[in-house]
Amino acid sequence: MDPEELFDIEMRLLLNGVRQVYGHDFTDYSEASIRRRITHWLATSGYGTLSEAQASILRDREAFDSLLRSITVNVSEMFRDPAFFQTLREQVVPHLKTYPFVKIWHAGCASGEEAYSLAILLEEEGLKGRFRMYATDINNEVLQNAQEGIFPLKEMQKYTRNYQLAGGRGTFSDYYLARYEHAIMTKSLRDQIVFASHNLAVDSDFGEMHLILCRNVLIYFKPTLKERVLRLFDTCLIPGGFLCLGLKEALDGRRIAPRYAETVPKMRIYRKSYDREQSE
Amino acid sequence: MTGNSQSKFRAVVVGVSSGGVEALKQVIGSLPGDFPLPVMVVAHISPEADNGLALLLDDLCAIRVKEADELEKAAAGTVFLAPPNYHLQVEKDATLSLSVDPPVRFARPSVDVLFEAAADAFGPALIGVVMTGAGCDGSEGLRRIKEAGGIAVVQDPAGAVADAMPRSAIEAVVPDYIVPLERIAPLLVRLATEP
Ligand SMILES: C[S@@+](CC[C@H](N)C(=O)[O-])C[C@H]1O[C@@H](n2cnc3c(N)ncnc32)[C@H](O)[C@@H]1O
Repeated sequence: MDPEELFDIEMRLLLNGVRQVYGHDFTDYSEASIRRRITHWLATSGYGTLSEAQASILRDREAFDSLLRSITVNVSEMFRDPAFFQTLREQVVPHLKTYPFVKIWHAGCASGEEAYSLAILLEEEGLKGRFRMYATDINNEVLQNAQEGIFPLKEMQKYTRNYQLAGGRGTFSDYYLARYEHAIMTKSLRDQIVFASHNLAVDSDFGEMHLILCRNVLIYFKPTLKERVLRLFDTCLIPGGFLCLGLKEALDGRRIAPRYAETVPKMRIYRKSYDREQSE
Repeated sequence: MTGNSQSKFRAVVVGVSSGGVEALKQVIGSLPGDFPLPVMVVAHISPEADNGLALLLDDLCAIRVKEADELEKAAAGTVFLAPPNYHLQVEKDATLSLSVDPPVRFARPSVDVLFEAAADAFGPALIGVVMTGAGCDGSEGLRRIKEAGGIAVVQDPAGAVADAMPRSAIEAVVPDYIVPLERIAPLLVRLATEP
């Protein structure tokens, strides 16, 4: 048998084991990405094969955590895709303002870059104190960072530019304190965000939401898992609520699609219809 | 739809950097509209670019050219360009997938990332092409393609706008073909159609 095939067999065995031992289910992730990440992890792990690594991964939580860190790639940015955030500000926030209190679920928040971006935007649009954001991720380590709200200072230049391109109304540096090499987000921003551990592949929903933001997460899932997660979002979203996906993640062809309309083409901001007729 | 029963190949992957637009116009522009394999392309372009390159090439070329969408099947007779700021990969069932994993050697999309996934997906039924460009993206990927039994084609560095990428590829593997730009499309047509 060729080594590629053998690797795939080992990978499937390992992911099945991980699911049974730790409850983390990666079996419905797109294979090309996960194979690449596991290959990289293996190269730095000191083990020759996945079969060799399997014993310690399944028996030693720390070994598993190290694998988990490589499997969940947590790259993010503040105001990533500025045009998206600008559209959110101009086309979605006016609807949100009609509610006395707004609940937001930000799924797959990584280190919180988008969560803080959204909190800044909502403050500037006058929603301060009138919203709560639940920002969730599968990776507890990045959630810890997100909670602390500390980012490398050297990124701030890029983020400032993104913020301005996204229609920022203030001065970006007012939202953080610069300390040595770090930028610490202000407490008033942090206070409106609840960071929590949540696994989209296995956990259930969070109750009623007005806005759900889940960008560049589903892109890594196979269609079956995408459908599961979208169903979960659909259950939480109130009629007239908004679902935001990454710029390369379309709802077309997915089961919940008939109940949603894309508010601005290409921005992947979908609005759930009020029409109950269309419900399953 | 992926590949054609007469060909021993199932796909072509192409990597290009500096000088890429002109090179792609030449190569993609010379492929027939009914080219029997899917072609996946990584061209290093600005992360802020839109899908302009795909539209431009689609206008100029007989073969259909589009920006790759997630979950799309890599169909024959179509060129799929990696979207700016995303890696393009292909799965074993020939569906395309995108990722926002960190840049690899400063590149996203990365030629290596596409080539490695394609080598895993298609094994010996793959043709990899490295063309003009600065840097060394594509070398590692081409090595993986050769390892899996596929064919390596490299643009002759002598005539390349930027010769570093093809030179690096030639150092990494012994290519099956080193040919000038204008001979790449005819070579692909011949390989794709011979039994
Ligand atoms: C590429 S990041 C996207 C971060 C951010 N939303 C953005 O677009 O900049 C993907 C995030 O999804 C998280 N993730 C992956 N699988 C998950 C799952 N099953 N449940 C919850 N989060 C998950 C990862 O830990 C990672 O932080």
